[in-house]
Amino acid sequence: MADVAIRSATTRRRSSASYRFWRRVRQGFLGLAVLVVLVYVLFPYYWAIVSSTKQGAELYQNAFVPALNFTYYRSLFENPVFLGSLVNSTFVAVSTTAISLILGLSAAYALGRIDFPQRRFVLMAILMISIFPQVVVLSGMFELINWLGLYNRPSALVVTYLLATVPFTTWILTTFIREFPRELEEAAIIDGCSHFRILMKILLPLMGPSLASTGILAFILSWNEFLFALTFILTDANRTVPVAIGLLGGSSRYEYPFGQIMAASVTVTLPLIILVLIFQRRIVSGLTAGAIKG
Amino acid sequence: MSTRLARREHRAAWLFLTPLALVMLLVAVWPLSRTVFFAFTNAYLDDPTNYSMVGIDNFIEVLTDSGWWHVVRNTLVFTSISVAIETVLGLAIALLINEAIPGRGLVRAAILVPWAIPVVVATKIWDWMLNDQFGVINALIVGLGLSDHGIAWTANSSLIMGVVIFIDVWMTTPFMVLLILAGLQLLPGEIFEAAHVDGIPAWKRFWSITLPLLTPAIGVAVLFRALDALRMFDLAYVLSASNENIMTVSIYARDRLISYQELGVGSAAASCVFLLVAFVAILIIGVLRLDRSAGAA
Amino acid sequence: MASVTLKSVSKSYGTNAVIRGVDLDIKDGEFVVFVGPSGCGKSTLLRLVAGLIPVSSGVVAIDGEDVTDVPASKRGIAFVFQSYALYPHMSVARNIGFALETLGIGRDAIRTKVRDVAKMLKVDHLLDRRPRELSGGQRQRVAIGRALVRKPDVFLFDEPLSNLDSDLRMEMRVEIAKLHADIGTTMIYVTHDQAEAMTLADRIVVLNHGLIEQVGTPQELYHTPDSRFVAGFIGSPRMNFAPVSVEGAGETKHLSGPGGFAIDLAFSGQGAGAASIGVRPEAIAITGEGEGRLSGLLERIEDLGHEHFAYARLADDSVWVVRVAGRPPLELKGRMVGLAFRDADLFVFDGDGRRLDHHESHERASAAQFREARR
Repeated sequence: MADVAIRSATTRRRSSASYRFWRRVRQGFLGLAVLVVLVYVLFPYYWAIVSSTKQGAELYQNAFVPALNFTYYRSLFENPVFLGSLVNSTFVAVSTTAISLILGLSAAYALGRIDFPQRRFVLMAILMISIFPQVVVLSGMFELINWLGLYNRPSALVVTYLLATVPFTTWILTTFIREFPRELEEAAIIDGCSHFRILMKILLPLMGPSLASTGILAFILSWNEFLFALTFILTDANRTVPVAIGLLGGSSRYEYPFGQIMAASVTVTLPLIILVLIFQRRIVSGLTAGAIKG
Repeated sequence: MSTRLARREHRAAWLFLTPLALVMLLVAVWPLSRTVFFAFTNAYLDDPTNYSMVGIDNFIEVLTDSGWWHVVRNTLVFTSISVAIETVLGLAIALLINEAIPGRGLVRAAILVPWAIPVVVATKIWDWMLNDQFGVINALIVGLGLSDHGIAWTANSSLIMGVVIFIDVWMTTPFMVLLILAGLQLLPGEIFEAAHVDGIPAWKRFWSITLPLLTPAIGVAVLFRALDALRMFDLAYVLSASNENIMTVSIYARDRLISYQELGVGSAAASCVFLLVAFVAILIIGVLRLDRSAGAA
Repeated sequence: MASVTLKSVSKSYGTNAVIRGVDLDIKDGEFVVFVGPSGCGKSTLLRLVAGLIPVSSGVVAIDGEDVTDVPASKRGIAFVFQSYALYPHMSVARNIGFALETLGIGRDAIRTKVRDVAKMLKVDHLLDRRPRELSGGQRQRVAIGRALVRKPDVFLFDEPLSNLDSDLRMEMRVEIAKLHADIGTTMIYVTHDQAEAMTLADRIVVLNHGLIEQVGTPQELYHTPDSRFVAGFIGSPRMNFAPVSVEGAGETKHLSGPGGFAIDLAFSGQGAGAASIGVRPEAIAITGEGEGRLSGLLERIEDLGHEHFAYARLADDSVWVVRVAGRPPLELKGRMVGLAFRDADLFVFDGDGRRLDHHESHERASAAQFREARR
């Protein structure tokens, strides 16, 4: 009796069918929410693809299926300036990524693995550099680039991008290196390895996935950069892709070459999206590693 | 005496840090100090070697310019509203993905698309979609009978800030989602099972358990996003480079520096941007700390 | 082969002292075990010997030579880690031979040495596998092989068996003892498991809060613990304790405590005041109420098959464990019983937890020495 009394006081049970009904309603709402989110995040890029394959008047009629007319793409790939900017962007992003990974790995080893008194200070300094606004260093950077004789050259961008990418890769690789068990490194020390040999022979072979995700993040960071690319490059031939697209415009508001811009947008974004989708899990772990444990 | 082994370790650490330190001196510390230095000179960009010291005249010029305060206001409005929306929306989507429902893997992958698209490209795409005459958004609005004519989103001075915030929310909510989701997945599942068994209703589970436990993760995400939003340049510049209604502090400083060639005044403006960002950073970190110590008490 | 000497070795992190002045002499060929509760600094002390962590002050000497500033790899030591720390991307053979490879020894010489060691540890059929393809026990053997191949003067083990399940742990314990008997190298072994310590050690070092509580043979620690801490740490189930008060000023003092405990004992040192007594569970017999030294309520009897543990609650609410080897006294459950033991099995500790020698305890000590001598 007492048992029954307690149960009815705390949980009044409804029929099984009613629970089933509410669960279905809930699932229905969640399914709808998933659909809404998918449309929200994917539709703009889909629309860019649709628009880029339409010609002339088609562009201004809002048909939701692509017309599959690749004229804009053809003219894009016959345009030496656009192709040049693709080459420039690739050169800049690849070089920046490579340099950042090497510097970041070396620093991350010291920060993640060696005990020294100033470690916390160095980590804080790196974090601060990675968040301060690029415009703050613009005047000093302008002078530096001129002094190095790199003005209006893509390599100027490699130098300036290190400001953002090196602290970033250092920070993320430090958290990755810390995830390796310390005993592994102690075993290597007992086996007579120098720090350099530990890094090259023990950690590096194990860090492939971490380096890949960190590298992709650094690549995207440099591929997308706009402010320095706009400021330190003067001529069309040396521009990177984002600036080239940003400065594409018609003679008047009504002749705005939207179709062409959409084609260029789809082209430069497609490799990134493919890369990101392939390495999805690793990228997420790289992005969150730095933030959560930091 | 016996710390020789320890000292050898410290030397090794600095050896590995040397490349980083050199590069940071070159591209961060040196340019930053030159910016601060130029802020006290009357130098012009075409001949930076020809200058004289002018004290704090440049700072006075910036701080008495109504244009400066206008862009500060723009930047703060943009930062606070967009970060607020991103946090709420990001939390909602993260909770959605965290549910065991069909399609969650798809959403998790799809969410990365807006994040991977360059700001310039995203801006151009939305600019096209929001085009007053041919944009698909206006076509939908007219088609659904919500309005009988298209809305001039980007040409209307009172709407354009909304457009900037809208595009920013679209691009950066994924970052929020990922960070909050990672925080969610660190929470011990058994707590929620216990709450379930105890018959705690869903909304209360969210308010009394999920949200308090998630606060540190959200706090870190808000900090990162806010500092990123404060330095926003490309979005507003690409959408409309000279539109006062959306001009940010970064655009203002660069304009003075590059377009007007005023190296001195521009550097002073840049230094003010630095102080602004530092101030907001300290403010947010302070709030997070307070929150944490209040939680511990 | 070598001796190991520590002279006032200390280690602190900032203001947090982990090791607080340790002096220790380990003889050539000895098997020494560091035990203590978690956080007592035993693992840190082992890493100080290894040179994996630099000391804050003090001297570490191996074979009479000061090695305080010598890097770990040059100290002639080998280390077996708790997690084994095998290199996940290398084959078993390369894992074992990596130290030799680092030394720049020729490929063929390495291959022979690796094969010899692997054969000795019965892992020679696994040489091409990766660590993740091995079982826990096999990984453990490879880790030992990696240490063995360097022919070290001193072997260091950091809780090497704690990741194994209990059957395998027993088996590997026997193998490690056999290894020590075969090669006779000095070994230092860290564990929190006192059974491992008792069975493996020539001498045990009991650590607590970064200090050595006592060093001695397993028998010495069991029969003549210096302190209440050591008495409680060595032996399973642990020693029973009860607070007592001491009265009287002369040689012979009167001790009284809960459960009707009262005894007159002669010992020096401690004056009147608070103290405590201890008796091992295996030294107690259950008798009728009023017949033993103490009385308590027999609350519960655990049946482990070959032996039984009886739990008696004393007047001060403390629970004493009695180990019963024969038939369990099930009929006494729920009744008041007496707990009987010989005076010689009674340990008395002063207010600071130091053990006091009473005249009866000499009998136990000499019996222990006698047993020790016969070993």
